[in-house]
Amino acid sequence: MTEEAHAGGYRVYGVVWFWLLVITLLELGAVLVHLPHTLLVISLLIMALMKAGLIIAYFMHLRYEKLSLAYAVVTPMFFLAIVLFAFLGPDALSVLHRR
Amino acid sequence: MAHGAVDQQQVLASDWSGGKSPFAVGWPKLMMWLFLVSDTLTFAGLLAGYGVIRISLGRWPVRAEIFNLYLVGAMTFILICSSATMAVAVSAAKRGDHRRVIPYLLLTVLGGLLFLCGQAYEWTHFIREGARLFGNPWGIPQFSATFFITTGFHGGHVSVGVLYLLVTTLRWSRRSIQPESVEIAGLYWHFVDLVWVFIFTLLYLI
Repeated sequence: MTEEAHAGGYRVYGVVWFWLLVITLLELGAVLVHLPHTLLVISLLIMALMKAGLIIAYFMHLRYEKLSLAYAVVTPMFFLAIVLFAFLGPDALSVLHRR
Repeated sequence: MAHGAVDQQQVLASDWSGGKSPFAVGWPKLMMWLFLVSDTLTFAGLLAGYGVIRISLGRWPVRAEIFNLYLVGAMTFILICSSATMAVAVSAAKRGDHRRVIPYLLLTVLGGLLFLCGQAYEWTHFIREGARLFGNPWGIPQFSATFFITTGFHGGHVSVGVLYLLVTTLRWSRRSIQPESVEIAGLYWHFVDLVWVFIFTLLYLI
């Protein structure tokens, strides 16, 4: 896989750059056309995660590293996201409802 | 008996039995990855705090009326471009394509500086309109507080990154560093871009 990616020269970075720009334009477009709020939030979060995935996998080369490194980096993020949502989400909502 | 010896050999030769690098990267690169994981916690904390404040307040100023989304979009564009030029510089350094390394590193630095100019302009504009760390004309003091602290932390990271890249460029031009050092600087720079993806989405768009 590594050899293949490197043989293609710098092309892969151009392709990733292009898609990052496309997704950024879609994000701006979603805000400017005033999508319904819930749909807007969900689609923006999905697009942000797609951009993050592209940057981590190709620009930061994680896709070409050994899997153990990818697990060591990505697993904590996964649990962090769960913990933040599970612990802080209900707190924020309960404060909102007590107002 | 022979079977057991083979098993034992396999266990000893496995990644985690010592004497090997289980992640198959050198320690400087592994340390940069670990630093980036811990730095993710910094920004996760800032953004989670912002989320809690905003959700628990239930109301928030309309950002489209306050920020210039086109300016922020342009800043995002510049940062993505600088990340791409950094990726090319790293790749060139690793494959020995020496004439590309320094121009692309300098392009990356230029992108970082342009981004900082955009942020300085945005902050100046925001402050002239009356925004302060603990108050602003839009009625919700936490709005400008979270904005200044989160984008300030990110801008600080960009500034440090520009210095880091300049030092890397200088040392590369003196041939005193290996390609791996350029790659490690690249990891930091891409991380700064990665954080901006979330700041851009959560602070400006949602």
